[in-house]
Amino acid sequence: MDVTWYLVLSALLFAIGAAGVLIRRSPLVILLCLELMLNAGNLALVAFARDRGDQDGQVFALIVMVVAACEVVVGLGLIVAMFRRRLPLNVDEMRDLRG
Amino acid sequence: MVEVAFFAGAIGAVAGAVGVIALRNPFYSVLALVVHLVALAGLFLLLYAQFVAAAQVVVYAGAVMVLYVFVAAYVGEVEEPIWEPIPGQRFLAPLLAAALFVELSIAILGTGLSSLDSEGPTLPIGFGSPEAIGNLLLERFLVVFEAASMLLLVAAVGAVVLAGRTRVAPAGARDEVPHPVSPDDRSPSAPYAAEPAAPSAPEPAASEQARMTGRPSGSLVGEGEASGGGVP
Amino acid sequence: MSATTYAWLVLAFPLAGCLVNAFGWRLLPGRAAGWIGTGAIALAFVNSIAALVVLLDKPASGRELTSSLWTYASAAGLDVKLGILVDPLSVFMILVVSGVSMLIHLYSISYLESDRGYTRYFSYLNFFVFSMLLLILAGNFVLLIVGWAFVGFASYALISFWYRRNTATTAGMKAFVINVIGDVGLVLAAFFIFRELGTFDYLPMFESAPEQFATNEGVVVAICLLILVGAFAKSAQLPLHTWLPDAMEGPTPVSALIHAATMVTAGVYLIARMHPLFVEAPTAADISAFIGLATLIFAATVALAVTDLKRIIAYSTISQIGYMVVGVSIGAYAAGLFHLMSHAFFKALLFMAAGSVIAAMAGTQNIDRMGGFRRALPFTSSLLIVGALALAAFPGTSGFFSKDEILAFAAERGGFYWILAIGGYVGAFLTAIYAFRIVFRVVYREPCPEARELEQGHLAHAEPQNPMTGEKEDTDVGFPGPEHQIAERAWPMALAMAALGLAAIFGGLVQVPGVDHVLDTFLEPTFEDSPLFRDIHVSTGDAWLGLGVGGVLGLLGIATAYYLYVVAPQTPERLRARAHAAYVFLVNKWYFDELYDALVYRPLIAVGRFANTVLERVVVQGIVAGTVGAVRGVGMVVRGAQSGFVRAYALLVVGGFAALGLYFLIVSS
Repeated sequence: MDVTWYLVLSALLFAIGAAGVLIRRSPLVILLCLELMLNAGNLALVAFARDRGDQDGQVFALIVMVVAACEVVVGLGLIVAMFRRRLPLNVDEMRDLRG
Repeated sequence: MVEVAFFAGAIGAVAGAVGVIALRNPFYSVLALVVHLVALAGLFLLLYAQFVAAAQVVVYAGAVMVLYVFVAAYVGEVEEPIWEPIPGQRFLAPLLAAALFVELSIAILGTGLSSLDSEGPTLPIGFGSPEAIGNLLLERFLVVFEAASMLLLVAAVGAVVLAGRTRVAPAGARDEVPHPVSPDDRSPSAPYAAEPAAPSAPEPAASEQARMTGRPSGSLVGEGEASGGGVP
Repeated sequence: MSATTYAWLVLAFPLAGCLVNAFGWRLLPGRAAGWIGTGAIALAFVNSIAALVVLLDKPASGRELTSSLWTYASAAGLDVKLGILVDPLSVFMILVVSGVSMLIHLYSISYLESDRGYTRYFSYLNFFVFSMLLLILAGNFVLLIVGWAFVGFASYALISFWYRRNTATTAGMKAFVINVIGDVGLVLAAFFIFRELGTFDYLPMFESAPEQFATNEGVVVAICLLILVGAFAKSAQLPLHTWLPDAMEGPTPVSALIHAATMVTAGVYLIARMHPLFVEAPTAADISAFIGLATLIFAATVALAVTDLKRIIAYSTISQIGYMVVGVSIGAYAAGLFHLMSHAFFKALLFMAAGSVIAAMAGTQNIDRMGGFRRALPFTSSLLIVGALALAAFPGTSGFFSKDEILAFAAERGGFYWILAIGGYVGAFLTAIYAFRIVFRVVYREPCPEARELEQGHLAHAEPQNPMTGEKEDTDVGFPGPEHQIAERAWPMALAMAALGLAAIFGGLVQVPGVDHVLDTFLEPTFEDSPLFRDIHVSTGDAWLGLGVGGVLGLLGIATAYYLYVVAPQTPERLRARAHAAYVFLVNKWYFDELYDALVYRPLIAVGRFANTVLERVVVQGIVAGTVGAVRGVGMVVRGAQSGFVRAYALLVVGGFAALGLYFLIVSS
């Protein structure tokens, strides 16, 4: 398969992830959609690594995975904390930034 | 053969993605994401990234997703209201995402990079193998590797702090930094502002919370300690 | 010590007196401020005499001395020093000013005894004398303007001395505004002088003037006309005269000093000082002379009609200054200045006597209510008669010699200057009439109630009120004090009046035609560069002829007044009835105030009102409020984007990203 296919797939997955972030209201699901976007990026990286014959892209993808893991930890910690305080798990309720 | 594998992986990935954003129950969304991740792992294999694929399955789908499962189970069902408070969001979000996809596709398909039209160069044996990746990590990307480790450490500590146990402190001996109370704190985000005065919980920390009226949205650290006290 | 050192001392003492009174007013006991002020001026007078003596020691050609303290302004080719010029003209003026001021200060010590603002008064008065002396002694045009402005301020401060009286403060403002018009003329003249002659110092200026200007060249005529604007504003000539009658709101000694003897003569001094320029611009000089003539006659006619004692004397001042202006404009410098001197004597005397009479009348100033003070106020009455005789140019008095000398000079010049001479004689006739109108009204006739009271030995008192409008006042600071003083009971007043009376009678003897010409000789070094001064001499015979005509007219005037006011006292009534329109015209001062009100005041107020309602409220406020509204509106719109919804922000991020991508796609295609 041409690398192009992988790249288009990556774009599609990214777009789906973005749409998900914008549409869903539960913080948990939003985090999941973020994962989608990160993985789409990973796919693009690995595809380019294949295309250039250079493994740097794969290392990059690994590091992205590490970062994603850290981010998930923190995000889920936040969700748990919110749940513990009986705050509604709905990003629309968090409007303190309102001008 | 490769094409079949590609399309299998692609359809799986897309299906999983759509499932994540479409399914109501967050638990199902998590499961959909797992499917997506495994499909991606397959695609990685097609791209001669064996180690990355293995890491994807073991770390991402195995560990991170399990974390998600735990939290989803803990948090439980979330009622997402049907009505959309932000005007135009329901319409604009898919539109903009589609626009994004289209633009990226045009960029990819119309690119001057000729190499993208091929499968890529012939790869040496051991391309993408754990040995090769390991060499890279410890030689060329050593600093990056160490930095990533530091990041993991920080995240772990942060997680512990975020969801840590309550320190049972005597009432009034708050050592949190007082912060200015603005009048807008009380308005629209009512549940968040009313939090300190929340009456319901039959927890021993509730009395301390009640004494904290007038201090809405206090620091997460201190109040986490207060309310975490009642959790067994 | 040199003459210039004495001159500096002449300036220093009044300034010191002013400052001592101004800053030490809490410490000074009782009425010490008055004596300090008078003493300061007395010292100035003594130093003036010393300067005169030292100056006379020098040969005639060496009598123009300059001295400067330090550089006042130095920039762009301009070099103005704080310098004085001591020459016969300035010494003459400072003698007159300091001498008369000294006597008026003496008079004021008693006159304003009961006034709460006593120390402030003497501080202002000393400041005024300092400013006037500065104006006279200034050796360059800039310092003259400084002195001019100070004198204007002093006049304002003293006119509105009783500052709680609305009429007084209004009059002060009127005087100041008209003064400023004159100042503008002077400053513009200064610009032209600097541009043409390159210097402000008098001696270099006057030396280069004949070379620089052709006769009647446009620019020198312009300079002279601008100087005339300043001079006429200060000296209350047509058309800038309206402030002087209103300035009678000030205390009577102030009227005597500033508005009779000294400040209003500053314009005459200016024209005399600037005579080299006027010699180059005969047109301007002629205009000046004819305006002086017009003023002279105008003021004399009004003085016949108005009934307020001080205002009659004020119009008399305007008229007499008209004579002086005529004198210095046509080249009769010595005569004009002689008249300045004698006028200072008899006018100050008249005001002082008027002050005493008004005190006896408990503040009323209307002569129709006065009468028969000859037994109640013998001293005042006799000195009033002396002053009136000098004013009317009764033969032998100082006014006789001075006024008619001007007219004789005018006749000598011939040609159309005869108009000046004839007009001057007509004015002299009218002057005699109104001068003795005052005398016959106040001194003769049946005693009025206040006079009767005074004959009993009891000084009349009345409710304090504004003599013009009748508004009730009190006697606290800002209004006149409760006690009025009459000369018979206060020796400083009597002494001052007596001194002036003697000067008024005998002062004319310095310049009797054919006998002596002290002033001519003395002033010669200053004026010898003027061809008019050098070449035109009135022969003794012609001079005595002119004096004779003047004397006859004066006596006729006195006789007419006698007829009108003593023999047939109902005649004025009948005249008034028959020529009612003319009477109204005169009593309303030829409607000058109303004219200015319509021409200047109302349009300006209308412009101001327009500026307020339209420009300020609509345009400026509109722009400001509009900007505020616009900003607020934009803010409200932008605020809509701050919804607080995280998802909305994320939408904007994605949208921005999509837009950016679109842009790059378009650009790269």
